[in-house]
Amino acid sequence: MIVKPLVLIILGLNIRHKNNLPKKGPAIIVANHNSHLDTIVLMTLFPLKLLPKLRPVAAADYFLKNKIISWFALNVIGIIPIDRKKRVSADKVFKNITDAIDNKDIIILYPEGSRGEPEKLEHFKTGTAHLAEMRKEVPIIPVFLHGLGKALPKGDWVLVPFFCDVFIGKSLKYTQCKKSFMHDLDLQMEIFNKEFNSSIDEEDNYSGAE
Amino acid sequence: MKNLLNLNDQIIYAICGIFCLLITASIISIIISRFRLMKNPQNLRKRVKTWWIMACMFIFAIIVGKYLSLVFFAFMSFLALKEYFTIIPTRRADRRVLFLAYLSIPMQYFWISRGWYGMFVIFIPVYMFLLLPLRLTLTGETKGFLRSAGTIHWGLMITVYCLSHAAYLLMLPAAKNPNGGGAALLLFLVFLTEINDVSQYICGKSFGKRKVVPKVSPGKTWGGLIGGIVITTSLAVVLAKYLTPLTFPYSLFAGLIISIAGFFGDIVISSLKRDLAIKDSGNMLAGHGGILDRVDSLSYAAPLFFHFIRYFFY
Repeated sequence: MIVKPLVLIILGLNIRHKNNLPKKGPAIIVANHNSHLDTIVLMTLFPLKLLPKLRPVAAADYFLKNKIISWFALNVIGIIPIDRKKRVSADKVFKNITDAIDNKDIIILYPEGSRGEPEKLEHFKTGTAHLAEMRKEVPIIPVFLHGLGKALPKGDWVLVPFFCDVFIGKSLKYTQCKKSFMHDLDLQMEIFNKEFNSSIDEEDNYSGAE
Repeated sequence: MKNLLNLNDQIIYAICGIFCLLITASIISIIISRFRLMKNPQNLRKRVKTWWIMACMFIFAIIVGKYLSLVFFAFMSFLALKEYFTIIPTRRADRRVLFLAYLSIPMQYFWISRGWYGMFVIFIPVYMFLLLPLRLTLTGETKGFLRSAGTIHWGLMITVYCLSHAAYLLMLPAAKNPNGGGAALLLFLVFLTEINDVSQYICGKSFGKRKVVPKVSPGKTWGGLIGGIVITTSLAVVLAKYLTPLTFPYSLFAGLIISIAGFFGDIVISSLKRDLAIKDSGNMLAGHGGILDRVDSLSYAAPLFFHFIRYFFY
């Protein structure tokens, strides 16, 4: 993919705990969402041969409204469209996703629901827990992204280069109930957020540059 | 004698010298970690390894020719500026202005490639200085205006304007320096700046006690500073004969400029990091921190050395 070196040169990623990434599907990547770049960055984390296996779950109302975008999203990126508006039963909504999981694909999910305010962590919606309950054995990997909302925020089309941080968590499995599972997930993201902030004001052990 | 790459003999000798130094550094670091002479040998090994990579990239950039060297320096400015913008607080309203600031990099290096000295020297301090606040005003967000205008232009000056002076050495008329032209001058400047960093660090560790600026950087000692100045200046006097048109009292002065300016660049970036409460500007270079940590001394040494040599010899 041509995009990979471009992401590395223009943005520059600072990836922590890369070994936590799944080597093969099925798996669910759960990340906070601030920018269109999120998907591109998450996809560049994986080796090229896994690329066809990566399936970002994306809003049908946004990505399927225009023919060109919809062709690109479905055929090049390989999104699984999901309808945000219609009220239908959970099984129906998740049908495409569970099919993909059964196909040993790696699902990319943004449980915040939308890109939201740049660089603000929002509470995860419980859809992930429904999904996890439906496929209990599938590992769920939380990923925290930072800086992409600054590089290309919602509603802007000028990309401004910034170094971005990617934290990859240990995989979680579905626990006894939805509530505690969501709590674990939220907690993990909070920990990443703290880890990120503490790496900024790490004042002890200051030795100055060489 | 000219060879395939059109390199001057002096430059080839200098490159061989750099590799000898790197090999020595590797051997020393291996001995230190083998016999556990230091508390944290892993960091030293990593640092030396990164030196190898940086030196190879720099040497490659120098030998492939003038224009590719300029691309290399432009890219270095880009990385340093990106790192700077990543660590400073920016507002959403600043985005277009940051984009403009990035655009000034190719332009600045374009002036250099044309050898257009007048434009090179005023483009960022005059035109960009006037343009950035103007664009900032057009966004309509006045809260934090001064801070944005100030911080963005400051970063542009340090990472693009100052560093590009090193690149302009390549465009100085080659005939004035029979010892390898602009490339040799660039090699002289960068080599001494880096040697100065390393020797200040080593001298500081071995016999530094009294701190120069304890509030800014507790690692900087008078012992390290003076040791660095002595080593760098004596090396400058020796190397100037082979790489530059500088004669004796001038070469001594050049060595002093590079070592003292290098020290100032280092503590200025340290102050910046202190203010932002971070330790390293990034983690691109394993064992060194960010690219800004590496080019801090150069950003001060390059313009001063450039104008010194241009005034007296060109």
